[in-house]
Amino acid sequence: MFAVVQFPGSNDDRDLLFAMKSVLGCESELVWHKRAELPAGTRAVLLPGGFSYGDYLRCGAMARFSPVMAAVQRFAEAGGPLLGICNGFQVLCETGLLPGALVRNESLHFVCDSVHLRVERSARPFTTRVRSAALLRIPIKHGEGAYYAPPEEFARLEARGQILLRYCDAEGRVTPEANPNGAVGSAAGVVSERGNVMGLMPHPEHAVDARIGGRDGLAILGSLVDAVEGRA
Amino acid sequence: MSPLREPKVDLDLAREHGLSDREYQRILEILGRTPSFSELGIFSVMWSEHCSYKSSKKYLKQLPSQGPQVLQGPGENAGAVDIGDGLAVVFKIESHNHPSFIEPVQGAATGVGGILRDIFTMGARPIASLDSLRFGPLEDPKQQYLLHGVVEGIGGYGNPVGVATVGGETCFHECYRGNILVNAFNLGVVEADRIFRASAAGVGNPVIYVGSKTGRDGIHGASLLASAEFDDRAEAKRPTVQVGDPFTEKCLIEACLELMRTDLVVGIQDMGAAGLTCSSFEMASNAGTGIELDLDRVPQRETGMTPYELLLSESQERMLLVAKAGREDEVREIFERWDLDFAVVGRVTEGGRMHVRWHGKTVVDIPVDPVAKSSPELDRPAAESPALRERQKLDLASVGPEEEPEAALLALLDSPNLGSKRWIYRQYDQLVQGNTVIGPGGDAALVRIRRSDGEPTDKAVALAVDCNSRFCWLDPRAGAIAAVAEAARNVACTGARPLALTNCLNFGNPEKPDIMWEFAEATRGMGEAARALGTPVISGNVSFYNETSGRAIFPTPTIAVVGLLEPWQCHAVSAFPAAGLDVVLLGRTREELGGSAWLALRRGLEAGLPPAVDLAHEKRLHGLLAAAVARGLAQSCHDVSEGGLAVALAECCFTGRAQIGASVELADRMRPDALLFGESTGRVIVASSDSAGLLAVAAEQGVPALRIGATGGSRLRISPPRGRAWIDCEIGLLRESFERAIPRRLERA
Repeated sequence: MFAVVQFPGSNDDRDLLFAMKSVLGCESELVWHKRAELPAGTRAVLLPGGFSYGDYLRCGAMARFSPVMAAVQRFAEAGGPLLGICNGFQVLCETGLLPGALVRNESLHFVCDSVHLRVERSARPFTTRVRSAALLRIPIKHGEGAYYAPPEEFARLEARGQILLRYCDAEGRVTPEANPNGAVGSAAGVVSERGNVMGLMPHPEHAVDARIGGRDGLAILGSLVDAVEGRA
Repeated sequence: MSPLREPKVDLDLAREHGLSDREYQRILEILGRTPSFSELGIFSVMWSEHCSYKSSKKYLKQLPSQGPQVLQGPGENAGAVDIGDGLAVVFKIESHNHPSFIEPVQGAATGVGGILRDIFTMGARPIASLDSLRFGPLEDPKQQYLLHGVVEGIGGYGNPVGVATVGGETCFHECYRGNILVNAFNLGVVEADRIFRASAAGVGNPVIYVGSKTGRDGIHGASLLASAEFDDRAEAKRPTVQVGDPFTEKCLIEACLELMRTDLVVGIQDMGAAGLTCSSFEMASNAGTGIELDLDRVPQRETGMTPYELLLSESQERMLLVAKAGREDEVREIFERWDLDFAVVGRVTEGGRMHVRWHGKTVVDIPVDPVAKSSPELDRPAAESPALRERQKLDLASVGPEEEPEAALLALLDSPNLGSKRWIYRQYDQLVQGNTVIGPGGDAALVRIRRSDGEPTDKAVALAVDCNSRFCWLDPRAGAIAAVAEAARNVACTGARPLALTNCLNFGNPEKPDIMWEFAEATRGMGEAARALGTPVISGNVSFYNETSGRAIFPTPTIAVVGLLEPWQCHAVSAFPAAGLDVVLLGRTREELGGSAWLALRRGLEAGLPPAVDLAHEKRLHGLLAAAVARGLAQSCHDVSEGGLAVALAECCFTGRAQIGASVELADRMRPDALLFGESTGRVIVASSDSAGLLAVAAEQGVPALRIGATGGSRLRISPPRGRAWIDCEIGLLRESFERAIPRRLERA
């Protein structure tokens, strides 16, 4: 069972459910944020994009107090795979399940665009379907998506290989021009020290159809499925 | 509790409310007494231009609104069109001009919020938005501020609410400096037999208020803000602008759609212009019933609100619905789950009267129909302005020929009107709901349709919004025809079949005969074109009084056309997709420079007659495009519009993911600048892997078609059959001009 948490104000929840259920063929369901427990048999939890509670406060700051988040936290602490996308990433940082924070884009504008990502490491449970240094093309859409961690902490994350995806150009070069939001180290995807929790600013659920934005999102979502089903 | 102290109602107060002496007289006749203060407020908003369409009704009635595809024409919150297999699309465009000028962020945001409610009120899930924006010259810091604010407002509302903004148009012209235009379009999908309407049927049924609480914002937005001219004190009207809350709207969408899957709802209406007043009167009037309202039960954000304020507030994100008696708790449960306010505020009654109580006292007791249905219909004087003939005069022989075609092309691409709008649409979520096959930047957006259970279908809708207001200024009838033709042609360029249209008619002060004449001419032209192209007018909005200190905007009848493509997997894009394809020009090029962007930019002239539209040709062209795309004879299709053939060819080269050059030869049977930059209508550039096949089908369907070159290389070369090329330029250079047009002007400030 893949649990897609639905906060009030989530708006990529149904797209993520569609990707997991209809494209990847996994048993999946939307889990309302007021539930105290995850559904029985939950094997992975996904926090979708959107604007939980309108993001009128700091993004994700309200959602971390939703009843379901205590269960999500226990699930992750027990080693269960947990993926937060965009607003979900912000919630994970607010909850402390991931280090760092997401701050206002350098341009001060919301940005919606297709970007290239370099996969730094092929690793369970999120990137086994791609080899290291592979390029993915996946869209971003956010106003507060610049990843930030203090220099010493970021250096530690780098040293432990926790920066799993970086913004890059079409040739795979990590350059300031290819960094769409001013993220430190061009970080687009960050994993926890144990590796079972990932936060991702790009939206893999919007790249699951060859004719609508391509299928590169399946590299990540599919890796998660492989990990859960014991294929990776 | 202090007793209610209200101003004394008399003719002077009625005038302050924007009512005419005759209208006030009529109110006295209807009631047989002097109205209460609240009643006066109700009449003033219900009979305002914005709500009553009193100046435009006469003309709107003449528009075609019927067709086998039409499930709901004008008169409801939005129109609905059948797209087959039990599905329908619901769509409408609406203006929010004055609020956006006064307070750009909230004005634009609540424009988006309002149009979304019009769509989901009908039971449809909103899936795609377009925006048609017009500002004064971008060099003016005030206009930059307005642009920043409007874009922030549209994104700041549309993004959180989870509806993709998939396209639109943005123009800049001196005439909008004191009165910008913000027209917001939305489209939703619904099962054809699950369309909801605004009806308060069933005597005894509860009238329920859901959504946000009512505050003191937006009082008289419809009557005083939208229905009067601007002057230099416009900013004092800021309190009439509403404030948007997209989070509540998002919850309201989900809660309403959940509610509509049940059998609890009898009728539903959003509280938009004139708030609680307009929604309750319309619902009662549609059902031939009355309503009894208890204002003390209305959820309130502030204390001490008067009945007048409660009735006229335009607080956002509120809905009024009539449910089945005895099932209030089932409705309540849904809204409480989404943490939204819920209150039974009244019930449906017999006898067709609106009866409103406050603190146990009757504050309103008036018959429904005279307010809702018998609002005044005016036949305002209309007369052509003497200046029109003057500006239509253009002696081409006296216009110096373009000496530097390549520089002209670069200058056109660098103009904010023709340049890329990427700076704008990058700030909008174009992808949410996962249906955007073609997003902003093409001729039309193409959006896949899903069933209500989320499963995708093979259907997609193509959407485009257009208006060349310079054409409309030079000839309102011809300009409106051109706007319909262009929007439909853009839709046809994807391979889709145009189905129907919605319009937002932005004009000056209708009390002036020349403005009324422009309106009459434009609606006449729109009707002609809609009939000829088989695209009935199913919804729309009129925005008058777009004037500041007596200067009107150009007549701007914005037209949005919706088309259907099935299967969507077979569609054409705008840009050349590959090298080695033939370039074919469909349609005929005439020596037409009147009203062109080239004439305005390179010669400083806005004059002449706009290019002619041959509607019979246009109809054939749309049929040909659909056939050509379906048979794989057209890999890309791009309409030729502002900037003419040269600009359209350049766009074909650089707006795709790959940059594909082209070499084109044009027979020089007319002055080269007309050939390159003239804006003859009914033309499309097609890239084809089988031009012989395409030309054969075109000949069968009677559409002029000519192979003019081939794609490939990294340059755009346009030349006469013999002699030096007019244009021979690196695509990168053309693209740079195009992409930097807006950002470079914003950075300099």
